[in-house]
Amino acid sequence: MTPDARPRLAPKVRLRHDAKTDRYLLLYPEKGMQLNPTAAAIVQLCTGERTVADIVAALAEQYTSQPREVVEREVYSFLTALNDRALLRTEP
Amino acid sequence: MSAGVAEYRPYTLVAELTYACPLRCVYCSNPVDYARHGATLDTETWLGVLRDAEALGVVQLNLTGGEPLLRKDLEALVAEAERLELYTNLITSGIPATRDRLARLKDLGLDNVQISIQDVTAASADRIAGRHAFERKLRVARWVKELDLPLTLNIVLHRENLDRIEDMIAFAERLDADRLELANTQYLGWALLNRAALLPSAEQLKRARERAAAARERLKGRMEILFVTPDYYVERPKACMDGWGRRFVLVSPDGLVLPCHLAHTLPGLVWESVRERSLAEIWRDSAGLNAYRGEAWMPEPCRSCERRTADFGGCRCQAYHLTGDAHATDPTCVLSPHHDLIEDARRDATAAAQYPASASPSLIYRSARISAGATSQDARTSTVKFRPTH
Repeated sequence: MTPDARPRLAPKVRLRHDAKTDRYLLLYPEKGMQLNPTAAAIVQLCTGERTVADIVAALAEQYTSQPREVVEREVYSFLTALNDRALLRTEP
Repeated sequence: MSAGVAEYRPYTLVAELTYACPLRCVYCSNPVDYARHGATLDTETWLGVLRDAEALGVVQLNLTGGEPLLRKDLEALVAEAERLELYTNLITSGIPATRDRLARLKDLGLDNVQISIQDVTAASADRIAGRHAFERKLRVARWVKELDLPLTLNIVLHRENLDRIEDMIAFAERLDADRLELANTQYLGWALLNRAALLPSAEQLKRARERAAAARERLKGRMEILFVTPDYYVERPKACMDGWGRRFVLVSPDGLVLPCHLAHTLPGLVWESVRERSLAEIWRDSAGLNAYRGEAWMPEPCRSCERRTADFGGCRCQAYHLTGDAHATDPTCVLSPHHDLIEDARRDATAAAQYPASASPSLIYRSARISAGATSQDARTSTVKFRPTH
């Protein structure tokens, strides 16, 4: 995952709000992943237009209580985990 | 046992729309007595089931069967599932599909298409499916990709095809599948009738598992590869369906609300139909669903086992169909007093690996004729004799 990659959810993935838990869920074949609010915020920024660097900047602005490098680490580790599971497409 | 708590929230509805299927696979997961079940639910009832399921917490919908494409109202069900924001997975043989219909289902909101593939050569695949199907499936899988629908290939593994696992992976790569399920046969239903012909040896299974693991690493991020070990080769049982009546709810073609696709083959359990009561009431109150929730039903060695909250005692259907007692610890567990049943089957499989294929027992194909004469307990002690005609 490079800073200039533009991630978006793979076509097999659907994001939905779960009324029972008031959390977002990532749904894909036979599985689902409950997202914490930070993860949900990251996924919602994965539109294929923003770069990873843009996403880090947007998140850092939203979570001002966290040092920027912590936000950056979280974004990279979460996006890498999604990418390893083939849940993302990254535009060159 | 209260099912109102979050412990018992169904996330996935398995909608078995029909038991009818153009294939005759020797390991079909439908009950052996499928032909003795009643009339299938109508469209309105299924639409109500989808709405009730979503209100209960369901977010995943598996449209399956039999062959779900045999239902003319599949479009209406997919459209309603889309309105309910369900993740909708069509689990199909592919056989009745047309390109136009797949395109229409995509437009209506279908999320994923899962096609069963029996093997990677036409002759060996069609031998397992009991009819010419391979070439047709290949064409349908290509349509799915051309339409930019996500494609899962589900290849069921057994003694006859496990050694071709690398060819299977290459086959899935050529089709650009998004997900490849390399799922070993589980020996229940029709597969239990054919166990002596299909169960692999430990050695054969180990080789295949290693090759799948290498491919998973190589294709990481491109294709998701899943390798499902047969229960007969695990030391401890899996949490069947993530626990009985806990995360999955299945509605059979005739409307029974079940925890899995074979629970209605267990004797003495009472199942309720969505024709009579709402799904929510049945989920909460069903005597069948409550029978194996929690731990009170467990015998030793499960009752005092530290893994009882992880594996829930394993598979009730396997316990019943192997030991005759649905309360028993799943015999696949090394701690089960009936584990010798599993060891005997493995020993037979190891011995069979030394014989030529021609010495293998002949296969019993799924057929309405056998099924109509079967009782639900026939998977245990079948004396059915049947030779394929092709």
